[in-house]
Amino acid sequence: MINAIASQSGFLVLLSLFAVGAAGSLLLRRNDRLANYWNGFFAIAGSLWGILFSLVLLNATRAVSFAAAPSIFPLLSISFKIDKLSAFFIFVITLITLFCSIYGIGYIRHFYNKYSIGALGLFYHLFVLGMLLVVTADNGLFFLIAWEIMSVVSYFLVIYDRNDEKNIKAGFLYLVMTHIATAFIVFAFLLLYKFTGSFDFDAIKSGVSLIPSAVKNAVFVLAIIGFGTKAGIIPFHIWLPGAHPAAPSHVSALMSGVMIKTGIYMLIRIFLDMLQPVPLWWGLGLLVIGSVSSLLGVLYALTEHDIKRLLAYHSIENIGIILLGLGSSLSFLSLGMPSLSLLGLVAALFHTLNHATFKSLLFLSAGSVINETHIRNMEKYGGLIKNMPQTALFFLVGSMAISALPPFNGFFSEWLTFQALFQGVSTLAVSAKWVFVAAAGALAFTGGLALACFVKAFGVTFLARPRSGEAQEAGESSFSLRFAMGALAALTLLFGIFSGHITSLINRVGNDLSVFSCTTSFVSAFPDQSLAVGSFSTVSAPVLLAFLVAAFIVVLLTIKYLVYKNQKVTTGLTWDCGTDLTPRMEITATGFARSIVTIFKAVLKPGISNATEYLDEESRYVPQSRTVILSVKDMYKSYLYKPLDKIAAAMSERAKGIQSGNINAYILYILTALLIALLLVK
Amino acid sequence: MPALSPLGIGVIRKIKAKLQNRRGAGIFQPYKDLWKLLHKDEILSNDASWIFKFAPFVIFAVTLVVGASIPLLASFLPNTATSDMLVIIYMLAICTFFLALAGMDIGSAFGGFGSSREMTLSALAEGGLIFSLLTLAIISRTSNLFGISHAIISAYGNSFLPILLAFSGFFIVLLAETARFPFDNPATHLELTMIHEAMILEYSGKRLALMEWASANKLLIFASLGANLFFPWGMANGLDINAILISVPAFAVKLLVFYASIAVIESCMAKYRFFRLPNLLIISFILNVFAIGLIK
Repeated sequence: MINAIASQSGFLVLLSLFAVGAAGSLLLRRNDRLANYWNGFFAIAGSLWGILFSLVLLNATRAVSFAAAPSIFPLLSISFKIDKLSAFFIFVITLITLFCSIYGIGYIRHFYNKYSIGALGLFYHLFVLGMLLVVTADNGLFFLIAWEIMSVVSYFLVIYDRNDEKNIKAGFLYLVMTHIATAFIVFAFLLLYKFTGSFDFDAIKSGVSLIPSAVKNAVFVLAIIGFGTKAGIIPFHIWLPGAHPAAPSHVSALMSGVMIKTGIYMLIRIFLDMLQPVPLWWGLGLLVIGSVSSLLGVLYALTEHDIKRLLAYHSIENIGIILLGLGSSLSFLSLGMPSLSLLGLVAALFHTLNHATFKSLLFLSAGSVINETHIRNMEKYGGLIKNMPQTALFFLVGSMAISALPPFNGFFSEWLTFQALFQGVSTLAVSAKWVFVAAAGALAFTGGLALACFVKAFGVTFLARPRSGEAQEAGESSFSLRFAMGALAALTLLFGIFSGHITSLINRVGNDLSVFSCTTSFVSAFPDQSLAVGSFSTVSAPVLLAFLVAAFIVVLLTIKYLVYKNQKVTTGLTWDCGTDLTPRMEITATGFARSIVTIFKAVLKPGISNATEYLDEESRYVPQSRTVILSVKDMYKSYLYKPLDKIAAAMSERAKGIQSGNINAYILYILTALLIALLLVK
Repeated sequence: MPALSPLGIGVIRKIKAKLQNRRGAGIFQPYKDLWKLLHKDEILSNDASWIFKFAPFVIFAVTLVVGASIPLLASFLPNTATSDMLVIIYMLAICTFFLALAGMDIGSAFGGFGSSREMTLSALAEGGLIFSLLTLAIISRTSNLFGISHAIISAYGNSFLPILLAFSGFFIVLLAETARFPFDNPATHLELTMIHEAMILEYSGKRLALMEWASANKLLIFASLGANLFFPWGMANGLDINAILISVPAFAVKLLVFYASIAVIESCMAKYRFFRLPNLLIISFILNVFAIGLIK
């Protein structure tokens, strides 16, 4: 049975479940309700099968690898290889897909008779299918095809809500950026092909010694730009805060929780698996990129008041944290410390899994709020905890997890990342050591700022009093939404408590890579779920949880029942110096973050502009209305993308000269091109 | 531990009163205040949700767990489950998280601004706090707090300067995290500059008692971290009656020095303007970076 699942046919069943889901949704597109159920059923069945398949494979002894069909093209082989690393990513993808699909059944009801549900189902299934192919492909060209399926289909998901012009714009930016990135990836694979003579990953890996080091470095830069754009590292992130919020919420959860991780997967696959050994500066470079992405990601998140854009910026931050783990892993490996290197990889992969769970939880809860209020601006929320108590609880759990508060899962992966960096600080020699110090500092500040950002997000959205009619009239979401959020919230706690199990599982994933095949990891997990990093640090999740819960219950019961209990509890108005308190006096999201924005004004470049309209333009004594616009300047747009855009426009302007409209000139061009080609071939 | 913490507040107030030529209340006054508050009726805001109602219990419970997880009298008996430095720091972050949420929950203008300021400061203090303990962890080759206080005592000869620098960084964070001068004024109850007091403005009765008590606990936690990690003299290293008997007065004396210095700072320093505080916290961080650089 076990062997039957962890086999070629097991994987084909997985793919076909999603393929049937896609085709069926298309066929049923005339009936929204039927298409929705078909879509939900196959997505859930497929994800459950995927979870089973990946779990079996994670515990299996060997990888599944096969070529699907004899290829008609010489360089393209449709071949798969599913080792433990792929299986781990299949697990992450299908786990999140499961809950997003359950959520989707209830969520997409509000699209009935507005947009085609069948089309949504088609794209949703193809999207998941694309991601599954990306993490299992074993050939460069086949991989590129899968990558394109994933990218193009997700573009259609981004512009699904097409009546909003902003979404179309965000989708277009996404399409442009993702294809520029693909161009870099194509170039990287072409370089690898030129020197190893094959697109097959195994062939590239065995021929890696043939690649000169300059070319290897070029591949590194190309891969960072190409896959980094998909992962959303700064400064290639500009599509992300627009595209993720535009998609329907359960798709945003998938994009933010899972799709950007495929970029991480390929970085691990190429750097740690295919191109080993690598020079030290690659790892240190990744650490720098990770530090910048995590710090700037959280700072930009603080300036946002659109709840989904805020979450999107946090994805950038968390990708930065994952890169810190991966960067330390690469650096240790180049320095000949495989045991510490495995610690870094475990931290990165654990954070990948954790970020997928709590980020999708947050996106789903944000979607549930948006579904009820129909606004995305946090300034218009407030007091939702009274109308949507369960959504509020789930969002609180997600906030605590993403802020790395124990005993939720985010804490344990950040703890491991910190440990990897600490080991670098304490063991390495001068120059590498200071990069690790900077990275640890960046992570420390990121943690503090993320906490501030989620106090803001939760407080402004759910606490105090409603600041708009929509927030006042919101109700709790339907069952399927609450079920999906509740299950994910439970998972964030469970992954925290069973951090020992998961760590040892990921240790095995690491050992499956050939560089770590006989490495004992620096982090070891014990059966009682406690973790130990060398003899440096230890932590035990269940004991921690037990202490916290026990202390809470003891305090609660003592105060409630043992201390003098004959007192009255009355409710009254909140006191505010004797004025009538209105919701307009509450702190807003902008106000909350303003002091941090002011402190980091060198980076964020906050702007303020005043405009006053006077009752009488001549005398200017009595103002009729005042407007203050607070803004944050987007540095990348003004310093990187605007100049690039200008150069591109200027070059196009020049190129226009060639196009004279004269047919004789065109014939001359063709002739010259032909001559040059002939000369080159000769 | 929670039994001792209000005494610390009383001692600080007494010393401050003496320095201001007042007689001041007795050092046991905070106990009487807590007793009184626990017996008072309570008024809750109409807008308060369960976050506001449960936050005092959560915060107090977390300070209990943290207090039980740090070395107080003895550096042996390492607690490997919850005494990691990052666990302690992030558990204290739970307190900050719920305190700030409770401040926002009642919808008053004071509470929101208090939360905003508190989160700004604690976000910037995090770097200094983690790095000061990291310096000690690297010197003593373990990040377990019991392990640190065990190892630091023999590390003075080699790394006196890093320990001293790390301590200066830690002390700045201590003042910030426990809402003391020059970061916050614990004696004000209605000023536009208040931070901690602004968040707990709407509390009364039992819940106010818990909040006050929890912040006294937090002060004691930070003072004992400072006393026992940076200056672990007189701590019991083994199960020996004499050593334990010595450790109690040693701990008391060290705490007294801490409280006295806080009181002196509060008496001869003005509160800083809010936007000067980040400089202080960044200085704390940079001191610690130097400390790490100086470790041999």
